Amino acid sequence: MTDTSSSRPRPSPAVLALIASAFVVATCGLVYELLAGTLASYLLGDSVTQFSTVIGAYLFAMGIGSWCSRYVTRDELRLFVRVEILIALIGGCLAAVLFLLFPMIDHFRIALYALVLGIGFLVGLEIPLLLRILRADFEFRDLVSTVLTFDYVGALAASLLFPLILMPHLGMIRTGFLFGLANVGVALALMWLLPSSARLGLEKAAGILVALALAAGFVGAERLQRLAEVAAYEEPVIYAASTPFQRIVLTRGGDDLRLFLNGNLQFSSRDEYRYHEALVHPALGRVTRPARILILGGGDGLAAREVFRHPGVESVTLVDLDPEMTRLFANSPMLARLNKGALADPRLKVVNADAFRWVRDARGPYDAIIVDFPDPTDFSVGKLYTKTFYQQVHRLLGPGGMMVVQSTSPLIAPGAFWTVATTLEAAGFATRPYHVYVPSFGEWGFVLAAHGPIGDAVRIPSGGRFLTARDEPRLFDFPPDMARRPTPVNRLDNQALVREFADEWGRYEG
Amino acid sequence: MPDRRTVIAGLGVGAVAAAGGTAWHLRDPAMPGALGGADMARGHALRDGGFPPPSIEEQAGIVIAGGGVAGLSAGWALAEAGFDDFTLLELEDATGGNARAGRNATSAFPLGAHYLPVPNREAKALRALLTRLGMVVGEKNGAPLYDPYQLCADLQERLFYQGRWQEGLIPRRGLSETDEADLAAFAAAMAAFSARIGQDGRPAFAIPMAYSSRDADLLALDAISFAIWLDRQGWHSPVLRGHVRYCMRDDYGCEADQVSAWAGIHYFAGRRGWAADDAGDNELTWPEGNARLTTALSARIGKRIAPARIVHRVARDGGGVVVDSFDVARNATVRTRARAAIIAVPHFIAARIAPEAAPQAHGFGYAPWIVANVTVDRLPAGRGAKLAWDNVSWTSESLGYVVATHQGPAARAAGSVLTWYLPLSRMAPAAARRLMVERPLHDWQAMVRDDLLAMHPDLEGAIRAIHIWRWGHAMIRPVPNFLWTTAPAAAAAAQAPFFLAHSDLSGLSLFEEAHYRGQLAAEGAMAHLGHAFASML
Repeated sequence: MTDTSSSRPRPSPAVLALIASAFVVATCGLVYELLAGTLASYLLGDSVTQFSTVIGAYLFAMGIGSWCSRYVTRDELRLFVRVEILIALIGGCLAAVLFLLFPMIDHFRIALYALVLGIGFLVGLEIPLLLRILRADFEFRDLVSTVLTFDYVGALAASLLFPLILMPHLGMIRTGFLFGLANVGVALALMWLLPSSARLGLEKAAGILVALALAAGFVGAERLQRLAEVAAYEEPVIYAASTPFQRIVLTRGGDDLRLFLNGNLQFSSRDEYRYHEALVHPALGRVTRPARILILGGGDGLAAREVFRHPGVESVTLVDLDPEMTRLFANSPMLARLNKGALADPRLKVVNADAFRWVRDARGPYDAIIVDFPDPTDFSVGKLYTKTFYQQVHRLLGPGGMMVVQSTSPLIAPGAFWTVATTLEAAGFATRPYHVYVPSFGEWGFVLAAHGPIGDAVRIPSGGRFLTARDEPRLFDFPPDMARRPTPVNRLDNQALVREFADEWGRYEG
Repeated sequence: MPDRRTVIAGLGVGAVAAAGGTAWHLRDPAMPGALGGADMARGHALRDGGFPPPSIEEQAGIVIAGGGVAGLSAGWALAEAGFDDFTLLELEDATGGNARAGRNATSAFPLGAHYLPVPNREAKALRALLTRLGMVVGEKNGAPLYDPYQLCADLQERLFYQGRWQEGLIPRRGLSETDEADLAAFAAAMAAFSARIGQDGRPAFAIPMAYSSRDADLLALDAISFAIWLDRQGWHSPVLRGHVRYCMRDDYGCEADQVSAWAGIHYFAGRRGWAADDAGDNELTWPEGNARLTTALSARIGKRIAPARIVHRVARDGGGVVVDSFDVARNATVRTRARAAIIAVPHFIAARIAPEAAPQAHGFGYAPWIVANVTVDRLPAGRGAKLAWDNVSWTSESLGYVVATHQGPAARAAGSVLTWYLPLSRMAPAAARRLMVERPLHDWQAMVRDDLLAMHPDLEGAIRAIHIWRWGHAMIRPVPNFLWTTAPAAAAAAQAPFFLAHSDLSGLSLFEEAHYRGQLAAEGAMAHLGHAFASML
């Protein structure tokens, strides 16, 4: 074993283990790097930037690790084993920790790069240490060649395994734990195989503990995944926040930005113009001079964007429950671009209040009222679709004014849709229901409501992408499968709408 | 450097300590909360006597002793009729009786009575009151239109049965043929009782109960227990009997074998709420419960209310009365000379302080209750039907809980106060009252918490505080022969210038009854004094 001149040394099992560990260590190192890059693009979007910066930071940290290895003067094996255990712990938990942290912390990137730098630093230590541990058993020429060969082959293995097998079958969290186990396996194998490891009692205990923890993580990954609910969305989640009122999640896939509230899709940036043009213009276009506008709900500012396309709008009052929602859509440049800065318009006043309570004390009159609440999925939101609520809104609508109400899908939930119309009529409104096709939602319905008969004449502002004055009349045609049917009035004390809506969507979703 | 053994031993000690800490925490969490109830010191002072002789004298046309619903209703009726020369003396610091409320940072919440069913057509005086209070907002097709904000919003009730929440309080799934048959027969019988008009032209079962028919076969129902009556009908379905038990405990704080059949049937056949928009089956409710009503009544009477006054003697004095009351603030007994007295206190107290008006209280028994107000960080959830106002578990000994924020705005509330009710109907009332005095706060809290967690594992870690309120004499018990024998005899014993006003005299501890008794006493007193008024009865 001390014969360094031999070109074909007979490696002991320990040496074989060390060489094998070069392979495993390399595979693990690259898997962590890929995990961090994938996770960053998944959670933050913009995969090119994420991958470049993560890989750059990782390689740079490896450089620092390699540089620092020179200051290790003795006990290389002990340090190597410790490094392995640490990498196993940090790298193994990387995906799980980042997923769990993402919804909880404000500066996600700091956590991300701290972990990437940490792992990179430790991985950078690995190869120099390994070379030095093995230098007694090999000729330097062979040693460098062997270790680096296994290092690069390991990298290839990782780069193929990761997209083809690991991601589709194990998912990110499990993959992390699995490779953490491989890492700590290397450490444990070395400690038991190497004769000089008798003094490594503490390291052995730590190694076993870490292995147990990672195995537990691997087994419990399913639960962790559920906890980190970002996995529930089809597209990468780019923003998530829990407010006292709801869970706000934004996803982005390519140029498609989607907003989910409590898991329910609110809009897709690809086709929201269809929804919002159809929501706003038939109502505002029927008011002679729409100057004072009230928007109930609509904290994303997209309805307000359409409102401001009408000349002569003097003031918009937007009542949305959740300050976090209006703040997000006012301050995020990406979202403000989507609503064309409507929430920052000096004519617009945001009121963060519960609309059910707000309308009782509010003073009118408004020329147009846009009612755009989430679907009546529970008894709380259902209160915003009741006769009592509409009676208060009725008081706020000026003479000649026009109101529109988002009324769910007349195709999937015709009973619910026509209940809204019936309820508006019971509250004293004349109504004219209409519908529009929004690909991400399906066939979607609205009800126009006013103090008197609602005519055909309408002005649609130019420059829209979907609605024109020529096509608008067609929205009011209902084919037989969506035709009007008798429904009860939705009252606070019967909430007929919530039951009907749940029934119909339940049947639709099976 | 520690060796492996030390490390492992250290870990072991740490784990044991952590586990022990957790176990200790589970066993004995220092749950915030307080123990409250009727002022026992003042109540017992009344029992034990020893008040100083009167040192202050006052005058009033009428003295009302007691500021619960009956006393306040009497005061309201006097004020409405333009009779302003009266004083209302209340033992506690606040009026409201069983309808009092509490409040914390999360919500107001009831300490006792928490809703008022939409009144029947015959409850004219009560409807007039509700109209004055803005709760009846108009008329539609000839029927009163109630304020939708004050009618209980949907979902009103749900039941936790066989691991799932369902709408309504009668189990719907897994019923045997016997269950189905007995439930249907029972419902049909109750519907028939509800629709029946007696020989005397009165409804068989009315609210107020004084308006009920006196047909002999109906009154005979008061002589036997409800359980025996149900047995005689052959209705043994455990589902029906379980539901009946819930109802009897809910309204009377009693078991079905403790109440009379007349009282039992009255629960199911007495309500024919009269309202537009199908609201007849609904009830009025508020975060603070019936304190909404008593607060409004108190506000109308205003300065004529004298709180913290322990009335300990009401006696005839020439043509009028003298009322001696100990004024806690002044530490002196005040003698009030009046022309008439409305004694609006529970009958067992009336017998003690006004033997001329209430010679004895034999046969008057009271059900003790525990009411817990539980502050939670998040709303209860559960499989099946969504959170309702009233949430009941089939297997629990408690009556479940109502959600104080149910009538609130549309936003899903982040937290709430759950008002949890437990009538101690299985114990002899005296033993239950002793238990109330002896059992510490912590034990009550553990009981409430365990009961809630059994229905709602999802509330684990979300309970912030549990406030316990003890009602030693919460409700009169309508035992057999009480409603139509004992109570009417007691009511008849009081002669002018004494007028008794309490739901005890109806035998049913309901807001409607207390209000009726208050109105009746006020009208009697005004008639006695020759004050002109338009009767509301």
